[in-house]
This record gives sequence, C-alpha cells and structure tokens, in this order.
Amino acid sequence: MKIHEYQARDLLSKAGVPVPPARVVDTAAAARQAFIDNGSALQVVKAQVFAGGRGKAGFVKLVKSADEAQAAAEFMLANRMVSVQTGPEGIAVRKLLVAAAVDIAKEYYVALVLDRAAGVPSIIASAEGGVEIEKVAHERPEAIIKEPLHALLGLQPFQARKVAARLGFTGKQAGTVAKLLLNLAKVFLEYDCSIAEINPLVLTKDGQILAIDAKINFDDSALFRHPDIVALKDDAEADPLEVRAAKAELNYIKLDGSIGCLVNGAGLAMSTMDVIKLYGGSPANFLDVGGGVKSENAIEAFRILLSDPKVKGVLVNIFGGIAKCDLIAEALITAGKEVGFSVPVVVRLEGTNVDKARVLLGAAMKDLPTLQTAVDLNDAAKKIVAAAG
Amino acid sequence: MAILVDSNTRVITQGITGSGGGAFHTKGCLDYGTKMVGGTSPGKGGSKDANGLPVFDTVSEAVRQTQANATMIFVPPAFAADAICEAADAGIELIVAITEGIPVLDMVRAKKYLEGFGARVRLVGPNCPGVITPGQCKIGIMPGYIHTPPQTGQKAVGIVSRSGTLTYEAVWQTSQRGWAQSTCVGIGGDPVKGMDFIDVIDLFQKDPQTAAIVMIGEIGGTAEEQTAAFIKANVTKPVVGFIAGRTAPPGKRMGHAGAIISGGEGTADSKIAALRAAGVHVAESPADIGATLEKVWKH
Repeated sequence: MKIHEYQARDLLSKAGVPVPPARVVDTAAAARQAFIDNGSALQVVKAQVFAGGRGKAGFVKLVKSADEAQAAAEFMLANRMVSVQTGPEGIAVRKLLVAAAVDIAKEYYVALVLDRAAGVPSIIASAEGGVEIEKVAHERPEAIIKEPLHALLGLQPFQARKVAARLGFTGKQAGTVAKLLLNLAKVFLEYDCSIAEINPLVLTKDGQILAIDAKINFDDSALFRHPDIVALKDDAEADPLEVRAAKAELNYIKLDGSIGCLVNGAGLAMSTMDVIKLYGGSPANFLDVGGGVKSENAIEAFRILLSDPKVKGVLVNIFGGIAKCDLIAEALITAGKEVGFSVPVVVRLEGTNVDKARVLLGAAMKDLPTLQTAVDLNDAAKKIVAAAG
Repeated sequence: MAILVDSNTRVITQGITGSGGGAFHTKGCLDYGTKMVGGTSPGKGGSKDANGLPVFDTVSEAVRQTQANATMIFVPPAFAADAICEAADAGIELIVAITEGIPVLDMVRAKKYLEGFGARVRLVGPNCPGVITPGQCKIGIMPGYIHTPPQTGQKAVGIVSRSGTLTYEAVWQTSQRGWAQSTCVGIGGDPVKGMDFIDVIDLFQKDPQTAAIVMIGEIGGTAEEQTAAFIKANVTKPVVGFIAGRTAPPGKRMGHAGAIISGGEGTADSKIAALRAAGVHVAESPADIGATLEKVWKH
C-alpha cells in the first residue's frame, strides 16, 4: 500500500525526523494562505500524486509569493498531470503540499528497504541523492552504502553512526544523521514498511539536516495489524476496475492490451499473459481468481473483464487443484448468459472435475457462439489471438 | 530415493481445525496415503478431527504423542510465523508452511529463529502448495492424481517451483509423456522464504532417483540468477526452466508477494539470460516445458 508524500512526511516527522515546515491544501485559496502561514520567502508547491515525474511535468513549482503560490495551485488542481508514469491521459491532482524551500548545500539518499538477497531489511544510503538511485546503483555501485539490519535487534546505534560517517558527516551533524537513521528504521519496523525512503536528505547551507521528500510503502500482508495506516489509503489514482475486483477478493491488475485473462494461480496467470504476448497478442490484465474462488466472485470476474472497453477477447486458463473446473465453467456460462459474450472467449480447463466441466461447456456452446475450447495453453493463446484480431 | 518426504514421513497439521483450509487438505493428504498422524489447534486439544485424527493444543505434545517429524501449516497469517517457530522448537524436522499473506518482517524474524536449529530443521514456504513424493507422501494442496510415481528403478524428474498451478502444468506435461516425478517442491511465492532453488536443486543433484530437473521461477528478487551460478558449478543433470512474468509491468506485485520488479531488479529477461548462460534449457512457453525436457533428457 502506498501513501502520499505529505502522509509520509507526517509519519516521519512524528518519529523525530526533521522536515521543513509545510501545509497540505486542496484549494488555490488555501495554498495562498499556506504560503503566508509558512512564513518563508521561497517555497515550493508540490502535487500530491503517486505517479512520479512530477518535476518534469511542471507539478513541482518554486514560488516567491502568496500570489505565485495561488497561481501554481490553480494550475495544478485544474490540469491533469501527464508524465512518463501516468500514460497520455494523465491523472487529476487533488492535494498539494506547500513547503518552505531550503538552501541546499548537498543532497543525500537514505532508505530502509528489504534486501531480498540478504533476507533482512537494509539501510541503503548514498552521498549522491536527489537523483534516481537506480541510476547511481547501476553506474557506480561503489557509491551505494548498504548496512543490513539484524533480524531481531533491528538497526543498532553503532550501525547508524557507521553509515553517517561513511556518508561523510562529522561532528554534531553525524549525530543528527545517525539519530535520523535510527528513527527511520523505527518507522520501517514498527509499521511493517516495504520501503521508507528519503530522497533527497538535504544538508542546508546553514548546516541543517532535513528530509525534503519522503516515500513510504507498506507490506500489504501486514496491513491487518495497522488500521491507522489503512485509514490513510487513497484510492483516487487506483483503477476503478481494480478497486471493484479487490472487493470481490480477486487479484486483478489492469494492463493496456486487448486480451482479457482469467486464471487460477499467480504464476499461471503471469505465464498466461506471457503466452498471449508470445503468440502476438497483448494481455489486458492480470487476474488470479485463487483456489477457493466462490461462484459469485468468479461471475464478477467475468463481468469485470467484459466491462473493460479495450478487451476484444478473453482467455480462461484454469488448472484446477483446489479450484474446481465445473465451478468455473458454470460461472462462465452464467456470466455469458447474463452479460452476453460479445467478444470471443477461449477456455482451457484441466484438473479437478474437468470432465464435468467439459460436459457443461459442450451443452452451452449453442447459447454462447463465441465460445471455443482449447487443449493446452499454446492452443488457447493461438485461438484467442486469432479470434480477437 | 526422492527428497525431503517419503512413505515414512509422519505429518501433523497445524491449524487442523479453523478456517485456513487445514481440515480439507488434511483429508486430501490422508486420502493420498500420507501418514497424517494428528494436528494442533490451541484450545481444542483432546478432541478428534473429522478424520478421527487426534488434535493437540501444542506441537510439543503432538510430537511427544505421535512421533511426528513433519508439519503442514494452515495457521492464518497473523499467527503463522509463530507456528513455524513452535514447530522448530518442538523437534519437527520438515516444516511446510502453506499459509499465504504472512507479514514479511514476521518471516525475517522466524528465519533468524530457525537458524538456531541449524541443519536439523528445514522450512518449505510459506505461501506454497507444499511437497509431494508421488506414491509415497503428499504434504500440501496439490492434486495428487496428476503425479506419477516411478516404477522400481525408473528414473524420474525433480520439479522445484515458486508457483502452484504453474507447477501442475509442468507435472501434467511430464506425466502425459509417461514420465515419473521423484519429488515436487513448491518453494512458494513469498520474498522471504525457507528453502530456495539452490537448496532443493542441491538435493536433486545428490538424489540417485532424480535424473533431470525442472525449475519454475518468476519475476522478483535474484534467486534464479544465483541459482544459475550454482547450477553451472555443481549440477550435471539436465535442467529445464521456465520463468513467468516476462510481460509483467515493473513496480506491481503480481499476485505473489515476491513477484515484483523493483529497482530495476528481478526481471524475467535477466533470469532467463542468467539461466541460459548456465546451460539451463529455458522454455519459451509454459506449455513447452515437457517438450523441452524431451529434447534434453536422454533416457
């Protein structure tokens, strides 16, 4: 689960991480007032969206007066932000952060993230902040500092001091940075984060250490024990079909293509997308209905796929282990009769109760003329790509 | 012969009652012929489950009474890491954690705890379909009937996978060709897990009954790349692979908690390249795993 910059700032600030003064607003008038209340001569207005590329898209603006702040806010709230990460239709901006700008002497990168190879969370830090850390990691891996946490002891104070020293900090500043790292680690561990990132962490010209931008994501599997974090959720940028699917306990991710997929099992679902591409088609979605899928959720899955206007065909690939083929076949037939299969549907079933399923599908073919069956995944992909055109 | 489990393995189910699927799958394993000897459900000790198996409050008591040496965990996510630790503490040697959705940091801590038991304890999973040695022992949720036990002296293929249903595809394709599987191990879809590809493939390489290996990976992390290096240095048996998620967009968790491309790392292409460079025959389509194996496994 993601949260916005202003929410991450808030969380970090409460944990003792120093941040510049800022206010969250959702109108241009409020932005104007925020500028006045912040009291800084130079400030920055930042769109609060999950998609990246804000700066380049013109949705991070330095402002020198309340008027400028208001104008910047007006622009951002009225226009959709288009960046490399949003797609051409862009996204609407609902909230803005108006923050005091700082006189930057140097920018650093610090983050807490799970190091999968090591199997523990690690501090990742670099004296080259403000830019894509992936780029730095790729071009100059020696510029990246990694400090793994102990699985049970967490980040120890000596480790925090070690990282601060390696970043080049000395004296009082080293102490401030070490304390900041310990607080960052505390947030990461207490809230079950998947990433807690400060980029850039800034050393100002007058010697202050401040977190200028923050990004925190949470482990979805741990949300059950963080209702306060769940309360921060913002579905505004989420795809409405994805939100609808989540309500039906379906694991659904919308993609860009024209062939809808309905599969049981994440690995099989990913492979089904891959095979469609292999045979020249493009998947419209990832969808794992899971093993114990209930009938009504399976029907809703079909409705969701068929309501995506880009979908020109649907591939159903089920290898029933826990999932029963006849349940899926029945759901497919019910959905077909209810919404009508205006697009070709190719079904490939194998596993538990497959014989029952084949009988059901055979009987339904006359009512669902666009339905075809397939013997394996290659056969299914070829058929749906050909039928969907 | 085979690895990890055989007809002598004695299995309990943690979470044998309750909503996690324990009861249903205990029956499935029992019907397959697994030596299911009991289960645990705190507060329900002293009763019997629907199959007539004894239910205990603790794993410790279950082991004492049944001499169980393996466990199948269906405990819900909030308590599953604790269940894993309990099993290790009680003397269980093979822990198969089926549960999906265990918080990552819980698994980080549980793994550290398990380290203290050294080689005496093995963990498979979590978020996995389980382990099966066809004809002998099934610990998990996989459909038993798609597997083929080897005849006496027949060589077999060992299968290791991060996926559930995608594994069944591979099993099905090998069974349809009249081949047998020695053992199929689902290592699961989570980012922090017990046995990884290397651990299982090492056992397959050492197992006289396993003559060929199939490994099924997916996006996320670098396990497949590390496995490629291990295979190059240590494995002489033919290995066929398939990597799911070539079309997955970066930054999105594709079902499995561990199936996410992040920080530019964990792409399918990187894994496929590394495996091919190590001599693994990577199938382009999951429907071609059997056909690929046919070409490289001379028997």
